[in-house]
Amino acid sequence: MQDMVPERISRQAPSHAHRAELRSRVAHFAFVAPSIVLVAVLVLVPCFWLFWLSAFDVDGSLSFENYRTVFESAGYRSVFLTTFLVAFATVLVTILIGGPFSLFLVNIQERKARLLLSAVMLSFWTSVLVRAYAWLVLLQRNGVVNTLLIDLGLISDPLRLVFNFSAAVLGMVHIMLPVFILPVYGAMSRIDPDLMRAAASFGASRSQALRQVFLPLAMPGIAAGGVLVFVMSLGFYVTPAILGGGRVYMIAMRIERSLSNFTSYGAASALGVLLLVATGVILGLSYLAARTILKVR
Amino acid sequence: MNDGFPLNRPLRVLSWAFAVLTTCFLAAPSFIVILMSFSGSDFLELPPRTLSLRWYEAFLSSERWLGAAATSFLLAGLVVMVAVPVGVLSAYGAMKMSLRWRSLVQAFMLLPAVVPAILIAVGLFFFYSRIGLVGTLTGLVFGHAVLALPVVFLVMSAAFASFDFDQVRAAQSLGAGEVTVWRIIILPQMVYNILVSSLLAFLTSLDEVVIAMLLSVGRRTTMPKLMFTSLRDQIDPIIAVVSTLLLVLAAVVVIVLQLRGNAVRKR
Repeated sequence: MQDMVPERISRQAPSHAHRAELRSRVAHFAFVAPSIVLVAVLVLVPCFWLFWLSAFDVDGSLSFENYRTVFESAGYRSVFLTTFLVAFATVLVTILIGGPFSLFLVNIQERKARLLLSAVMLSFWTSVLVRAYAWLVLLQRNGVVNTLLIDLGLISDPLRLVFNFSAAVLGMVHIMLPVFILPVYGAMSRIDPDLMRAAASFGASRSQALRQVFLPLAMPGIAAGGVLVFVMSLGFYVTPAILGGGRVYMIAMRIERSLSNFTSYGAASALGVLLLVATGVILGLSYLAARTILKVR
Repeated sequence: MNDGFPLNRPLRVLSWAFAVLTTCFLAAPSFIVILMSFSGSDFLELPPRTLSLRWYEAFLSSERWLGAAATSFLLAGLVVMVAVPVGVLSAYGAMKMSLRWRSLVQAFMLLPAVVPAILIAVGLFFFYSRIGLVGTLTGLVFGHAVLALPVVFLVMSAAFASFDFDQVRAAQSLGAGEVTVWRIIILPQMVYNILVSSLLAFLTSLDEVVIAMLLSVGRRTTMPKLMFTSLRDQIDPIIAVVSTLLLVLAAVVVIVLQLRGNAVRKR
């Protein structure tokens, strides 16, 4: 395609080209304007609305009463604690499974890797509701797992497998694994495989080469994946609401409840603003850290 | 596995076992749902003792579920019509900007994916109740479109990254207008990517729960919202039917994505 366009065409009429250049620079902004407007009106305005509800009284004066409520009430504090605990557990398990899995994918034939990746992608594009439902079917009192264990004679009474902390984390790991694996696999497959072969030829053991050659190169990708999973887990609603059975109470659920009960909009908005700030701070810090590390190198 | 290290059979077997287990963990629960949807009994049993289509019949004769499905599909179609043109144009515009502006635009466009959906939903609820959009189809379309926008933007940005912009410059220097450039040069080469991003935008809207939960009411209740409320009360086997429907759509999307991967590789 490229050879179809001789370069002198654009040089023939400099003034015309110059004007076109200027016009097109304005046009670039015209192209992105509709989506900027959409995001501004439908994401930024709602966020400011929450901020306004949380920081201003009914009569329009600035007050931090709502934030004091959030910080001082034991109920809100425990919601915060649960949220961070669930998110942390989810990241930990996701990295422990997703890291080795991605490493495995880059070390097998591409054809086989693509087959396994299709399963990951199918999971990624399956509705979170469908997956929560599937776990309910599997884990509930007279569900598949309990029936199987009883039929095998391993247990006599059904175990309580769902509607608790671990079921919520299990469901969230199931949703976050593809979110982690897809970019981390991408980052790992960009690492030159000759580096590992070189390490081998210099007499390094497999684990030495992994630790000293591969992992340092894969680290930025793994860290970025981990941060993404953590931030996304903080705002989770559907999975903990279904699989936690009311025992796992996260920020998003608290916000939704006060909205559907028509109570304490202010405090719920303050909670939302804090969630937003936490998300922004974590993303900002990890961006800065990544930039510093890359600069040092 | 040619990484230069001696073949270690136990390690190899172990890592394959781990990988297959992980894959099963990811994919298997969904297939169980398909099996459940053909069950003949009122209870959840696996494998189902009798097979039947009774839950499919129940779905097809339930006005509530059919209505919700109709709303969801109409909504998803409208979301595609809003999000795809806007997303395609912005990916194109961003690609032609200087690097600094482009990264700014990219960061801004990813906001809907980063800001927790519950905050967008609650904020939109307050915003919409002021302008009378709560419970309307229009309100839902825009709420979902902004969530689908980053998906379209990412797919189309990747597509435009390997697009030869000299073609556009050449056409413009020969006097082609913007419309002609899009009609003759850009759209024909982008058909496949636009199809992929439309599918993904469609699926994003079809699967969305949180915004629909707060903003869709009564006649405009979407399928995921109905699923979510039914799941909270009881495990209705009709949900297995709906889940199977959603799974088939997800499978179609993955197949299309894989085909695109093959097409790119062959080029």
